[in-house]
Amino acid sequence: MPIKSYLVHPMDGQKDQLIQKLEKIPFCELNPSTNEDIIVMVTDTSSIAEEKELEQKFEAISEIKNMALVSGFDI
Amino acid sequence: MDRRSFIKKMAAASAMMAASTMIPGIMFAHEQESLISDLQGDIEWKKAPCRFCGVGCGVLVGTQNGKAVAVKGDPRSSVNKGLCCMKGYHSIISMYGKDRLKSAWVRKNGKLVETSMEEALDLVASKMQDTIKNHGKDAVSMYGSGQWTIPDGYVASKFMKGCIGTNNLEANARLCMASAVTGFLTSFGLDEPMGCYEDIDYADVFVLWGNNMAEMHPVLFSRLLDRKIKDGATIVDFATRTTRTSRASDRSILFKPNTDLAVANAICYEIINNGWMNTEFVTQHVNFMSGKTKMGYGLEENYKFKDEATKIDFEQYKEFLKDYTPEKVSKISGVSVKDIKYMAALYGDANKKVMSLWCMGMNQHTRGTWINNLVYNVHLLVGKISSPGNGPFSLTGQPSACGTVREVGTLTHKLPHGVVMKEEHREFAAKIWGVPVSNIDPKPSNHTVDMFRALDRGDIRFMWIQVTNPMVTMPKLNRYRDGALKEDRFVVVSDIYPTPTTEIADVILPSAMWVEREGLYGNSERRTQYFEKMVDAPGESMSDTVQIMEVARRMGFEKQFAYKDETHIEEIYNEYRKHHEGKKHNMAPLEVLKNQPGAMWPFVDGKETKWRYNSKYDPACTKEGFDFYGKPEGRAIIWQRPYEPAPEEPDQEYPFWLNTGRVVEHWHTGSMTRRIPVLHKAMPKAYAEINPADAKRLHILDGDQVKLTSRRGSIVIDAMINGRGNPPEGMVFVPFFDEDLKINELTIDAYCPISKQPDYKKCAIQVEKA
Repeated sequence: MPIKSYLVHPMDGQKDQLIQKLEKIPFCELNPSTNEDIIVMVTDTSSIAEEKELEQKFEAISEIKNMALVSGFDI
Repeated sequence: MDRRSFIKKMAAASAMMAASTMIPGIMFAHEQESLISDLQGDIEWKKAPCRFCGVGCGVLVGTQNGKAVAVKGDPRSSVNKGLCCMKGYHSIISMYGKDRLKSAWVRKNGKLVETSMEEALDLVASKMQDTIKNHGKDAVSMYGSGQWTIPDGYVASKFMKGCIGTNNLEANARLCMASAVTGFLTSFGLDEPMGCYEDIDYADVFVLWGNNMAEMHPVLFSRLLDRKIKDGATIVDFATRTTRTSRASDRSILFKPNTDLAVANAICYEIINNGWMNTEFVTQHVNFMSGKTKMGYGLEENYKFKDEATKIDFEQYKEFLKDYTPEKVSKISGVSVKDIKYMAALYGDANKKVMSLWCMGMNQHTRGTWINNLVYNVHLLVGKISSPGNGPFSLTGQPSACGTVREVGTLTHKLPHGVVMKEEHREFAAKIWGVPVSNIDPKPSNHTVDMFRALDRGDIRFMWIQVTNPMVTMPKLNRYRDGALKEDRFVVVSDIYPTPTTEIADVILPSAMWVEREGLYGNSERRTQYFEKMVDAPGESMSDTVQIMEVARRMGFEKQFAYKDETHIEEIYNEYRKHHEGKKHNMAPLEVLKNQPGAMWPFVDGKETKWRYNSKYDPACTKEGFDFYGKPEGRAIIWQRPYEPAPEEPDQEYPFWLNTGRVVEHWHTGSMTRRIPVLHKAMPKAYAEINPADAKRLHILDGDQVKLTSRRGSIVIDAMINGRGNPPEGMVFVPFFDEDLKINELTIDAYCPISKQPDYKKCAIQVEKA
């Protein structure tokens, strides 16, 4: 099942709130930048259903301005 | 560390690297930075040119435990300055597809049987020998590629031309760059651009002639955009359809197919008519010539053409241009008078430095040599050439179409230095190769289309195809595929993955890929780049260089290929360099290439020649100022070339143009990039771009299946409406990367009679809902 990495851009001034919400989501690991408003996020799901559930959770987070997929590995 | 954890670390590291490319100086928390150092601690980084396009980006390939695990742009490379495109960033993944060829296969009783490499090579050699014995030396042939490394092409040339004595050696660059070559040779006497990428840093205006640069040369295009954003440089997209390039440009100007010939002449008319011509430059550095017209299009079997040059003068040229006033040209081209005058004014403005850039739009053209000449005419009339920021620049598609096919000379008429037709060139090659000069046939035999026609007819019985996929890329594909499958034909294919070309092979040889072997490429700007072997090739895979040498030795040419295993690439390169000694083409020593991201030739007294034909920068010049030393009197040629229509234009029965090309995600026929999951998912299959008004009229919605039919074949394919590209009414565009949707079953095998390069951009089709 896929392992993906993203660059996540928060809405202006909402980086900390975004981190708090993303931290609560299972299958996500965060690596926030210390000097820019970008978060590196790695997701690791074990089934298509989990992957879809994850996508829906991201869509519901209003603090996300943009998510750019950097790499994906289907293993 | 288990595999899953390793991949998660790699995923994180690639995202951090992408972030640092976007935002230099970005920092991550210490504990996350240790991810990179954990990985980087074991990762060894080495430089290479990217595997893919002719831009020749410098990359750093990271290897760990014998495997390529990461890739990033090489910040030391002046080409891309650390940036890559999506293909480059994912390039190493293409080495590890599940169905990678690792062993040889031989067809026995119609079925492919796995065989040892030794046995397969023995068979190839014996088949070649039998064919020569029974049918003559010209019954064997080799078809290589602009993705051949320089040593691959060199040993192929030495083997075929020097040892066997046949000129049946061609490469797929005939299908992409031949018109660029003949354009250079007829206008300047020598091949390849006179300028370099550094022109981008100085130009005020970029005119793109039929080239979707945003998708085809994305890293170079980003340099144009950088100039536009920071310095207000102007980008003009002159094309037959609207693309991402059009949207990023300052002006998008559409023209009807083939009428670029007329528009270029109209620009020349305007330059002269408005007094913008650099009279001093033209008087001192230019001669005027005309050639034959109504040459045909190469469609007839055994078609032959030889141009004849006639000297004319400026007044005759000026008289010829009276048929190309903007008002007259606007009627046939669909380009407004205002836009023609706008383009002419950009070239004619003495205060603006102008770069013209092009690729397949001008080269894959049945008058490809002519349109190349005509763009050179524009630059020569205003003297904007061979100086920083001013110049015509012919971009290349493949990583070594320049370095291998053009510079080594893997085309029927070529030698590494010069041509087979000239005795002094044959003598020169024979001496370096250690073969009797009588071995080298003075008569060119077959260019690519003719070679496949000869295979179909049976004049050629043996063909060895390396690192290219003609059973997807040949125009009028059905004929040439059927021809290759005929009785008593023997086809050998060297490749890294199964393709429609390996499907027709009698022998498949597994090839080592890119950094699995040592090699060199030469990019669009005359930059030769070296890469060392970084990882082992899988199974019995072997470099194309060694495959050719092994077969040559088996055929009795041990003396010509007596290179040592450990140093064969160095020995081959040093031998090859001898062919180009001198200020006009000296190649940099291997030690220089090992230590830096490439070097441009001519490399003279330790320095690259960035701008040729200008004594300020080019030590090969024999006089002050401009010296086009490839031509008599040191004068470039302005060619009188008319507009002529395409061989097959839309009519009542076949009312649409068919245009073909590429997409940014995929390299050529997709045999590598479709095995990179993220690229394949981004662009899983080909489509037919249809204009919205045409779609409405034909009741076609986005995603509907449509049937496209030409006089040669048909396919059923998904329609795309208002996608990334938008053709004008009456045109359909289909990318050719999809081996399951072979658009070349529909294209026409007409070609430029001078360059022999086919035209993949224009033929006539029907479109209907499937």
